[in-house]
Amino acid sequence: MKVTFKIWRQDHPNTKGGFKLYEVDHLTEDMSFLEALDQLNEELVLKNEKVIAYEYDCREGICGQCGVFIDGRAHGPHDHITTCQLHMRSFKDGDTITVEPWRSSSFPIIKDLIVDRSAFDRIIEAGAFISSKTGTAPEANALPIPKAVADKAMDAAACIGCGACVASCKNSSAALFTSAKINHLNSLPQGKAEAHQRLEQMTHQMDMEGFGNCSNTGACEIECPEGISIKNIAEMNSAWMKQKLFG
Amino acid sequence: MKSILNSKVPEGPLEKKWQNYQLKSRLINPANKKKLNIIVVGSGLSGAGAASTLAELGYDVQCFCYQDSARRAHSVAAQGGINAAKNYQHDGDSVYRMFYDTLKGGDFRSREANTYRLAELSAPLIDHFVQQGVPFAREYGGTLVNRSFGGVQVQRTFYARGQTGQQLLLAAYSQLYKMIRAKKVTMYPRSEMMDLVVINGKAKGIIVRDLVTGALKRYAADAVVLATGGYSRVFRLSTLAIGCNGSAIWKAHKKGAYFAAPSFTQIHPTALPQSSEAQSKLTLMSESLRNDGRIWVPKQKGDDRQPQDIPEEERDYYLERRYPSFGNLAPRDIASRAAKERIDAGYGVGRLKNAVYLDFKHAIKKFGLETIKDRYGNLFNMYKKITGIDAYTTPMLISPAAHFSMGGLWVDYELMTTIPGLYAVGECNFSDHGANRLGANSLLQASVDGYFILPNTINNYLADEIKVEQVTTEHPEFEKAEQNVRSFINQIMSIDGQQTVDHYHRELGKIMWQECAMSRTKKGLEKAISQIKAIKEEFWKNVRITGDSNEMNTELEKAYRLADFIELGILMCTDALQRDESCGAHFREEYQTDEGEALRVDEAYAYVSAWEYDQGNFNLHKEPLEFKFVEPTVRSYK
Repeated sequence: MKVTFKIWRQDHPNTKGGFKLYEVDHLTEDMSFLEALDQLNEELVLKNEKVIAYEYDCREGICGQCGVFIDGRAHGPHDHITTCQLHMRSFKDGDTITVEPWRSSSFPIIKDLIVDRSAFDRIIEAGAFISSKTGTAPEANALPIPKAVADKAMDAAACIGCGACVASCKNSSAALFTSAKINHLNSLPQGKAEAHQRLEQMTHQMDMEGFGNCSNTGACEIECPEGISIKNIAEMNSAWMKQKLFG
Repeated sequence: MKSILNSKVPEGPLEKKWQNYQLKSRLINPANKKKLNIIVVGSGLSGAGAASTLAELGYDVQCFCYQDSARRAHSVAAQGGINAAKNYQHDGDSVYRMFYDTLKGGDFRSREANTYRLAELSAPLIDHFVQQGVPFAREYGGTLVNRSFGGVQVQRTFYARGQTGQQLLLAAYSQLYKMIRAKKVTMYPRSEMMDLVVINGKAKGIIVRDLVTGALKRYAADAVVLATGGYSRVFRLSTLAIGCNGSAIWKAHKKGAYFAAPSFTQIHPTALPQSSEAQSKLTLMSESLRNDGRIWVPKQKGDDRQPQDIPEEERDYYLERRYPSFGNLAPRDIASRAAKERIDAGYGVGRLKNAVYLDFKHAIKKFGLETIKDRYGNLFNMYKKITGIDAYTTPMLISPAAHFSMGGLWVDYELMTTIPGLYAVGECNFSDHGANRLGANSLLQASVDGYFILPNTINNYLADEIKVEQVTTEHPEFEKAEQNVRSFINQIMSIDGQQTVDHYHRELGKIMWQECAMSRTKKGLEKAISQIKAIKEEFWKNVRITGDSNEMNTELEKAYRLADFIELGILMCTDALQRDESCGAHFREEYQTDEGEALRVDEAYAYVSAWEYDQGNFNLHKEPLEFKFVEPTVRSYK
């Protein structure tokens, strides 16, 4: 199959970017979207042009490093997948496919389709951990955790930190990312001791990074590769409110 | 020749060795620890575990990774689980049994003392991860659940759905950021180690390329820890992340670190089959699926019927047939070879006839659809996303793929390489798995190396370093190393040939897969070495990189990693060639039983091969393996 890629090119964070068109032929439906870009890059090298910069690592949907806007949707036309899991069979011969980086002022562009998501790391740094040192743990089965509690923690913990939630949100809100991490740790007995502090510090850092507020459109949970529910946001907000009212 | 390799295995009975070591290991007082700096390269389970624990102990740590965040490291992709000898299932498990399974699984080509320590430290590791907030699977009563993995007959694998690696890595990443917040760790993402700096015979720093600006930077420390993972991307198509590379350990090797058993690489039996030449990656389907899935091919060659239309009596469940006592849970090397045997004999299925079926029909009938969904839901979803096929109704198509490297930098009992002050932890070292790794032992080894072992051994070395004047990055050796890296990069950039980097990687991958993967021969390996040498020459004459070296340049990154893979490929074939026996994943066709099983030659090859780099040549050193507690037997799963 043959498609036209309309791709955002930008050399440096401070230079002006713009779309460029690239025709790519001899693609097959079995190829992944990123493999189609790989092929385009090889062709660019042979034409003596600079390759397009885009991110990926595991290429199996778990590391969270890949992620671009494809035809106006984070990670492309399907719900709940990563860019690396998208295949060319989702497109038709002759399609023009528009590819852009995540758009959010909290994720500045580094080059072409690559953005800086270190704001997420700083939210984690603000309190997404349990403060106990290596070597201090009690026997694992000494504290039973009901299956329902463990399952709920796991649902939230599945976040891969790709940033699709922020990119899909009209307010560039990081509420889904932040609430998932808070709820993962705060719902487990091991995380309870620091629950208040964690909620306070992580939401504060989220605001400091310039992410917008959540207005409950639900776009994030559709694009989230792990299908993390916006109930997490409601739970975070309710816990925050309780904390403010009752301490 | 007398071995110059000192494994430093402590005295005493097997179960007392680690305790004896800790009693004798030197300590450093907290005030002095603050004055010591440690570099950790890699932020996966072993790297992040080591960095955070060393920082908790009081050392200053600098941690580097090539990804945009520490959370991306490829430990994240391990699916099925982590083993521990907790005996929660009351099914006869013990530290000794786990040790024995691992030693036997590795076909008696690992060090007894290391393997025992791995099993010994597995139980406290589960306690540790539960305390860090890992949401392991639980029973309704709240206790932890276990399942089985290949090569064992007990249930000792702990898991968090099919995302165990992700959950363990995120726990390690959290702890790393806890120590970054405490200002005890400085994190350098998008930073790639380009060379090791050795001063007066000791590892004292690294040269790093900033992947955003292309700038070369120098970092000095009192010790350097490599935690850079496996090198199976040498095959190009593998289950590894695209960025995984062998460059850090290869640079260390060229600076004097011996490389042990490089040819011991594991081919995983259950990955998705290759579908085209353009494919960049083979996705793994967790071994845990073999708990409930049954592997088969049609009894009739070239049977083109849909799998659902092939009746039971016309199916060959070849693992159950050949290995009745372990069946579908035969170890990986054996399951992969058995699949290759059927595919090569013309019984393969799928469009390219390069796969076998993994079928859940019987399990769904027995346990119900909901139970199977609960156990493997995310794996079935992943399968559907990639192939478009619903595996609840149609058997999965699976095929062997390059996966784990048991080989790596030679390390002693303290995890120190042959360069004093240089340590290797996790997959990048050679220590515990011998010639084949058992499933769910990888997360385990990475974790115990980083959290429990290194933080208790590095002090034994650093206790002396506190008395030595600290080097700075102004030292002439730093200048020299930086210049070497600069000219290496300039040389690649200036070739301006006619071919892409990927072209050469495909060529290398094909040769390695053909001659140095599941099945090896003397003739094939000799041919492979000369072919790879030709690729090397061709690469350095004809590769083309566009763009500049002083900017973000993903093509350049691929190129310098491939340059090292090419050299490593030669060493892997050289190693496979010298070992005139079959053991574990190393199967030399000349050495097999009448039934096609691996034939070990203990009299001549019960040693760890450790290669010294010598200006483009490799000198072999041997560390004899002594089995004082266990008698090596014929490894049978029949």
